[in-house]
Amino acid sequence: MSTPRAPAPPDTERIALVDLLDRVLAGGVVLMGDVTLAVADVDLVTVSLRALVTSLGTLAGPEDRR
Amino acid sequence: MTESAGVWLYAVAGPVDAAALAGLAGVGGSAVRAVAAGGLTAVAGDVDLAEYGEAALRRNLEDLDWLAATARAHHRVIDAVAGQGPVVPMRLATVYRDEASMTTMLARQAAGFRRILDRLGTRKEWGVKAYLAGRPAPGPDAGTGAAYLRRRQRQLAADREGRREAAASARAVHAELSGYAADSRCHPPQAQQLSGERAVMVLNAAYLLDSGRAEDFARAVAALADRHPGIRLELTGPWPPYSFADTEEPPG
Repeated sequence: MSTPRAPAPPDTERIALVDLLDRVLAGGVVLMGDVTLAVADVDLVTVSLRALVTSLGTLAGPEDRR
Repeated sequence: MTESAGVWLYAVAGPVDAAALAGLAGVGGSAVRAVAAGGLTAVAGDVDLAEYGEAALRRNLEDLDWLAATARAHHRVIDAVAGQGPVVPMRLATVYRDEASMTTMLARQAAGFRRILDRLGTRKEWGVKAYLAGRPAPGPDAGTGAAYLRRRQRQLAADREGRREAAASARAVHAELSGYAADSRCHPPQAQQLSGERAVMVLNAAYLLDSGRAEDFARAVAALADRHPGIRLELTGPWPPYSFADTEEPPG
């Protein structure tokens, strides 16, 4: 249990969404100026919360899973 | 290009083999191309502003399925570019009105991008997450009244102590792993509802490693896991250096 998982191969489809969102929503270079929309930190909070609500609505009661 | 087309920017890189981008599906299944500007390469693709324009993005980013598909497509392209050499990933949803405004930006900020590319080089990002290790559930409730209360109080005290120890372990793990890295960052703990992980997260860190350091790093993570039984460690990667692309002022 205390042994870390072997490094996952860089297989896009198997990467946990939550790990990916940490990086693509909070990492990367943010450019302003002519950009139509860059997800700013203040928006990120909204996105995370809304995404959370959506996931709660679509998954079968994660709080009850054992 | 129609009037409703915009340009989605995935990444900025040095020279990119256009053939490697030819078969790639970008966001919404769109084609990906290399655009030369300012001595650099913008990896970009046309997107429909009806789906990727400002108003649509605000709406779509809140749709988890859309967000998941878009994030995976964005990553797929960046990962492919990272396989060729140094890359500066863009944050998700960096959309220009047209290619000219994108190349103008790139030409203006080329020096800043070059600094970031030089710093990142071929380094990769690795993620380490630590969770409070599960403790055995208390046995079936035999006693009542005062005995139950005492046992419950002991349980709560043990939980508090376990969390304190886990936090201390997480700090120790982070300090040691940072020694292997050119740079490190701590992300906020992940939401349990989104990760599906029931255990409490006590560390969500990213480490920027030189290309030859990955094996030593993985061994260090395994050794740390053995030394800190109060936490469970998970290693992810290699990632393109998302968490380290913007560690100085945005270029320009």
